[in-house]
Amino acid sequence: MRRLLWPLVVLALLLVVNVIFTPTFFSIQMREGHLYGSLIDILRFGAPLILVSLGMTLVIATGGIDLSVGSVVAISGALACLQISQDAGILTAVVLALGLSVLLGAWNGFLVAAVGIQPIIATLILMVAGRGLAQLITDGQIITVNDPAYKLIGGGYWLTVPFGILLVLAVLAVTAFLTRRLALGMLIESVGGNAEASRLAGIRSRGIVIMVYAFAALCAGIAGLMFSSNVSSADGNNAGLWIELDAILAVVIGGTSLAGGRFSLGGTVLGALIIQTLTTTIYSVGVPPETTLLFKALVVTAVCLIQSPAFRDKVFRRRGRPPTPRPAAEEKMRVTA
Amino acid sequence: MAALAPILRMTGIGKQFPGVKALDGVDLRLLPGEVHALMGENGAGKSTLIKVLTGVHPIDEGEIELAGRAVAFGSPLEAQAAGVSTVYQEVNLCANLSVAENIFIGREPRRWGRIDWRRMRVRAVDLLDRLELDLDVSAPLSTYSLAIQQMVAIARAIDIEARVLILDEPTSSLDAGEVEQLFRVMRNLKEQGIAILFVSHFLDQIYEISDRMTILRNGRLVGEYLTRELSQVELVAKMIGQELADLEKLHGEAKVFDRPLVEARGLGRTGAVEPFTLTVHEGEVVGLAGLLGSGRTEIARLLFGADHASSGEIAVGGAPVSLRTPRAAMTHRIAFCSENRKSDGLIPDLTVRENIILALQATRGWTRPVPREQQDELVGRYIKALKINPANPEHLVRDLSGGNQQKVVLARWLILEPRLLILDEPTRGIDVGAKAEIQRLVARLSDGGMAVLFISAELEEVLRLSHRVGVLRDRRLVAQLPNDEALTNDVLLETIASGGPA
Repeated sequence: MRRLLWPLVVLALLLVVNVIFTPTFFSIQMREGHLYGSLIDILRFGAPLILVSLGMTLVIATGGIDLSVGSVVAISGALACLQISQDAGILTAVVLALGLSVLLGAWNGFLVAAVGIQPIIATLILMVAGRGLAQLITDGQIITVNDPAYKLIGGGYWLTVPFGILLVLAVLAVTAFLTRRLALGMLIESVGGNAEASRLAGIRSRGIVIMVYAFAALCAGIAGLMFSSNVSSADGNNAGLWIELDAILAVVIGGTSLAGGRFSLGGTVLGALIIQTLTTTIYSVGVPPETTLLFKALVVTAVCLIQSPAFRDKVFRRRGRPPTPRPAAEEKMRVTA
Repeated sequence: MAALAPILRMTGIGKQFPGVKALDGVDLRLLPGEVHALMGENGAGKSTLIKVLTGVHPIDEGEIELAGRAVAFGSPLEAQAAGVSTVYQEVNLCANLSVAENIFIGREPRRWGRIDWRRMRVRAVDLLDRLELDLDVSAPLSTYSLAIQQMVAIARAIDIEARVLILDEPTSSLDAGEVEQLFRVMRNLKEQGIAILFVSHFLDQIYEISDRMTILRNGRLVGEYLTRELSQVELVAKMIGQELADLEKLHGEAKVFDRPLVEARGLGRTGAVEPFTLTVHEGEVVGLAGLLGSGRTEIARLLFGADHASSGEIAVGGAPVSLRTPRAAMTHRIAFCSENRKSDGLIPDLTVRENIILALQATRGWTRPVPREQQDELVGRYIKALKINPANPEHLVRDLSGGNQQKVVLARWLILEPRLLILDEPTRGIDVGAKAEIQRLVARLSDGGMAVLFISAELEEVLRLSHRVGVLRDRRLVAQLPNDEALTNDVLLETIASGGPA
């Protein structure tokens, strides 16, 4: 729990800043049977990022990284929209899109676990090639769809709550169940913590790694459906652009080490919310648009530094203590026999 | 003696690490133009001595004199500048750079601030000439064999006006021809008046190349000897120590073992261990004795499927099996408690509980978690039985002491109730109390019908626990001796030293 303290503090700080600039920030209203408000918006717009980050958390816990999730977001949205525009049923479209995502993820996992390519390179392949694949699916065009049922996924409401939020909660619940109720989490942490010792303990790490990459791609695929559904179109070029970097950031802010091992799903959700809230804050504070990226970078740097125990030690405790002097090397002559 | 003053003299060296006295009153002197072997079992303090000499660690007691002048190096770089160079076991070079670049990296000859490539190549050729090597110095280092790379590391070391050259296990990954080449270079350097400190676990090599030797045991000096005056048996005895066994033999009456459990026939792995034939019976404790690097661990890893065998076959319970992975061995209820618990055993970030149930969970797969009550029951039982301290199952295993970490790994395998338990140095680096506990446990398990393959560097321990002892030397299983009255420490030492049944 203590690991989540600093992300919580940062999130609270960001929210306080927002309230100062927008006093009605915390108000949530019912309009036409839907929940409205800034907080709801953060959750709604942050939903795809949370999803992608959840998958990324497990990948990072195995000591890997997945750069291709952004491309998978684009591919999934493109395939779903193509199917719907060709009058396939929405269920068929969704199943095909998610099926392809899982397949692509399993390919990543295969490259990493069976072929032995470094994760950053293995997934870089799909990161680059995937954009091309998305373009291929959409034939270089932006496909627009008009299907109220598909619109529900990313832009609709169910029981007064945005459907995307419910979807995230469901995926989060399933992930938590698989990793913490079943033994998947411990085995992932074991593989990420010490791969050789895990092998000698009889863990089939290959299967676990492939599964984890497939899961990350599945999360990205769902996020891709959300994006494309929200804007009712598929843009192979821009959908999910750079989301892999935000997701990695969210995982790290959430306290999961890039070296692998222990992971925290709650921390990742917090991390993704911090990033989304930051984006909202930038608008509400009125940072000039041309400096938003710089502003974001500064805040993220500050967050990362504050989370580092070594940094906190240096700044808050060790200040002013002189370094222990090293005794000078003795230089003496001695006559020997 | 009067003719030659030592180039290097270390007197009364002491070094304290948290919890252990790594060196205590150790003396070492090196004469110019000699090859001096530094001998001792693992943990005897050889590497610590080298590290305090070369400035990796500061010394706590004693003094070091180089050519009659007291010195205290603050870093390996300072030591190198003063003429004390070290070539480590793993070649510390950049395989993607050229031979010449590797020799001069960090101190490239320069002209007007730019690297003088021509002069660098010429000087590299000169240096290698001193070692009687003719290489293309602009070719990438990776194009040459490991032995040549080792020589390049030596060339790099002696470029700096070296007076003392330390070779820390330079031969461990070389084949016989390459070793011969290295020895030629060493003799050559010796004639040039360089003092060479040589560390190796291969006795034959020590006797071939070294003039004198200093033996360490448990951080203390055993003595300094002329190589030609010390027999191999005496050397081994001095390295291992003839501590008398206080504990009585744990196995009373002789048992009859007629039910073979695991049979290895002609099992071997190129470069690791020569083909061997070994049978372990139900309820039998088979000890493996031999010096470090003699192939003890390699046998264990083959029997557990941790490495792939390049020849031979294994049968479990009479039926031939293929042990391609540790998991396959585990389905035949073979367990392996590895020698290196840090790299091959523990998951430091996980708790004691998670580490203990890891192998059990692995056999069940991730979809069938071990129920929490069963976890708590199993973990609690073994924490109590093995006296794991602190007795908190949720403690991170990284924070435990070495002995307790060892017990955690042991518990991980015991809850699987294996039929063959392979223990590789289970008592190394742990205190006497824990050691006796683990020994008693081994005896009890084998009385219950479990077969145990017990590997230890301590002969007393092997003798006390085993029904039969396999002796290894230079990666070969040279003898299998029944542990009866005739088998004593001395017989074992003799076998290790001579390479055949006495």
